[in-house]
Amino acid sequence: MTAKLTALTAAVAVIAGLSCAQAQTPKSGGILHIYHRETPPSLSIHEEATFSVNVPAMPLYNNLVVYDQHKPQNSMGTIVPELADSWSVSSDNLALTFKLHQGVKWHDGQPFTAKDVKCTFDMLQGKGEAKFRKNPRKDLFNNISEVTTNGDYEVTLHLKRPQPSLIAMLASGYTPIYSCHISPAQMRTHPIGTGPFKFVEFKQNESIKLAKNENYWKKGLPYLDGIEFTIISNRATAVLAFVAGKVDMTFPTEMTKALIADIKKQDPTAICEIAPINVSTNLIVNRENPPFNNIELRKAMALALDRKAFIDIIFQGAGDAGGTLLPPPEGVWGMPPEMLKTIPGYGDVQKDREQARAIMTKLGYGPNNPLKIKVSTRNLATYRDPAVVLIDQLKTIWIDAELDPVESSQWFAKVARNDYSVGLNLTGNGIDDPDQAFYENYACGSERNYTHYCNKDLEALFDKQSVETDLQKRKQLVWEIDKKLQEDVARPILMHARSGLCWKPYVKNMTVMNNSAYNGYRYEDLWIDK
Amino acid sequence: MGTYLIRRFFLMLLTLFGISVLIFTMLRLVPGNIADIVFNAAGMIDVAEKAKLEKELGLDRPIPVQYAEWVNGLAHGDLGYSYVSEKPAIQEILPRIPITAKLAGLALAFAVIFGVPLGVLSAVKQNTRLDYILRVISLSGLSLPSFWLGLLILMAFVAFFGTIPIYTDPPKGFWNTLLLFSIPAAAVGFRSSALVMRLTRSSMLEVLRQDYIRTARAKGAPNQTVNYKHALRNAMLPVVTVIGIEAAFLMGGLIVTETVFNIPGVARFLVEAIRWRDYPIVQNLVMFIAVVAVSINFLIDLLYAVLDPRIRYAS
Repeated sequence: MTAKLTALTAAVAVIAGLSCAQAQTPKSGGILHIYHRETPPSLSIHEEATFSVNVPAMPLYNNLVVYDQHKPQNSMGTIVPELADSWSVSSDNLALTFKLHQGVKWHDGQPFTAKDVKCTFDMLQGKGEAKFRKNPRKDLFNNISEVTTNGDYEVTLHLKRPQPSLIAMLASGYTPIYSCHISPAQMRTHPIGTGPFKFVEFKQNESIKLAKNENYWKKGLPYLDGIEFTIISNRATAVLAFVAGKVDMTFPTEMTKALIADIKKQDPTAICEIAPINVSTNLIVNRENPPFNNIELRKAMALALDRKAFIDIIFQGAGDAGGTLLPPPEGVWGMPPEMLKTIPGYGDVQKDREQARAIMTKLGYGPNNPLKIKVSTRNLATYRDPAVVLIDQLKTIWIDAELDPVESSQWFAKVARNDYSVGLNLTGNGIDDPDQAFYENYACGSERNYTHYCNKDLEALFDKQSVETDLQKRKQLVWEIDKKLQEDVARPILMHARSGLCWKPYVKNMTVMNNSAYNGYRYEDLWIDK
Repeated sequence: MGTYLIRRFFLMLLTLFGISVLIFTMLRLVPGNIADIVFNAAGMIDVAEKAKLEKELGLDRPIPVQYAEWVNGLAHGDLGYSYVSEKPAIQEILPRIPITAKLAGLALAFAVIFGVPLGVLSAVKQNTRLDYILRVISLSGLSLPSFWLGLLILMAFVAFFGTIPIYTDPPKGFWNTLLLFSIPAAAVGFRSSALVMRLTRSSMLEVLRQDYIRTARAKGAPNQTVNYKHALRNAMLPVVTVIGIEAAFLMGGLIVTETVFNIPGVARFLVEAIRWRDYPIVQNLVMFIAVVAVSINFLIDLLYAVLDPRIRYAS
């Protein structure tokens, strides 16, 4: 009897296994429908700085190397070859040589060669004849001194100094390879790439349509016949469209915890994931004008912050407290929690506020003599809402703040003019990497160093960590820098956002990246089981 | 009558000229231009790069020069290029007009078909149960925000039918088009019909108290004839004016409905263009809406003369 039962169980297991294997065999065909939250400014990834562009445009292109599209955490260990079959680093760490895949064609039939790689980096550095209308990530590639080709299928990036992070920047969804023979203007309106999907149509406020690249150089891919993005700017309508099955997937990062609960109630079969998107909300203080040129006052402000309250109110608990770098476990470089707790403002909120009030009293402020300020921020809900929470928290240390919503088009210009005292800003990181975060936001003279924080000693440490090839040693340096940045109140980080994505169960092979919102949209091996 | 028409026509041209100056100037007085927006969107503040883009788009030239160039282009049928899509503005604007026109036309038809007869009925049956019911319905039509009503309709469709009547692709064929647009048109038309109904009712009540109506009744004219031939025609004058204003509004003011039902019409496109300070799109679209509004007003003036012979004879 027992033997019979065992045999039966085994048979059932085999059949279940077989059907499971059959179900997991990718099927070709079908159009994937996704809603898009807005009309993207263009489809030229290099000229834009929003994942509103990366999501529909990443399937059009390829990189030299790319983050493994099915490993949620982007790290040095998850970088895989794409247009480059392999890469090697010279013994002095000053040259990065890529052997390129042969037989790759652009969507218009032209062959892809090393010249295209050179053209791309020349354009990014503003060297080539063809110029981008705007070049938001030009500074990321400052360390490249020259790009040389050796025949049609080998290219070398020569560096001014060793920079292990460069490969991470190359793997980002923000670094596709462009063609020499297509102008930047055409790339904005009718992009030509080497990617799994070809551009078909982009209608403002309506849709973006991509079709399968039948001659894709990765044989057998993509599985989908196309991807159609319907632009639905009203989120309530978009959620209903997803529930009704009009779209197969929501726009990445658009779903809040509350919305996901609502979706699951209406469609229990929907698959939803919430993950960090590596966008931090931070406090910017004008350190050049009184009274905030006093570090004590800035410290008091940092001590008044209750990060848990920010996370609970703004993200219904779906957020993380951390430093400049995204905190672990999803973040690769963020300070460990035990280290974070040692930084003023990250411990016991009541005790910290007592300390802050003591500082304020010493500076001559009190309940009857509050410091009156304006908290400036971009007039968008994602900025305004946390600014209101900030204003409320500052009241606890006798700072009487008023909200100053700034027209979106004027925001960065106003900050650049130093025409603010306290502001609230959002910072998105394309890759989870210290070089990008430190140089872009804290280096002396950097365009995006909005608070003009400048610490030459710390900048020397930026360089030290940047050239460090030993991962653990580099991590220790990064933590040291991040801790110092928080202690110096360079740009206090209020929270790191988490947001979600939902898709229908018949959409297969979907992976949500959990330490960046910019890199996981190649979609070449997504398939539909309908 | 001829002089009247010519005078109205020239007034129309003058109004359009005034609007063109106003919209052109106001757009440039609003803080920020496309260069500011695109650079801000990328968190960039490079002044030199921004100036380069402004020069490329011709935004560095004096405003009167830019205005003259625009008007000259308009006169030659050249509406310029959209700053955002970098396509000819006419290519961006033209496909959106029929979409909004269909929605506005259906909404207006809804307003007239329901608003006028129910308004007459409400007036004729004044202070009866039917009148009270109709007045409550019309009041709720005016009170319900259309975005809320639109969302309720969408939620009801999803909950009861498992589908959602929003625009995702251009509908094929007459019936599909009618089906797709009739739901948002009803959401918009509910408010418009409520307005028309209330106005028709009050206008009818006023006319029904006139001496000539009493005379007609005294002479034994049947109720139908008195109500619909003598009273309604005279009561229609203010109603026609409001319908005209509604028609002009519907061509450019359906932003909420277009957003909720995801219709890629004129209003949504205009708001998006304003957000990007896409001057060629904004100024040409506003001019188009102005032309529609002014033309409708001109037609209403003509209709006055048809409806009320006194206007014809006076002019």
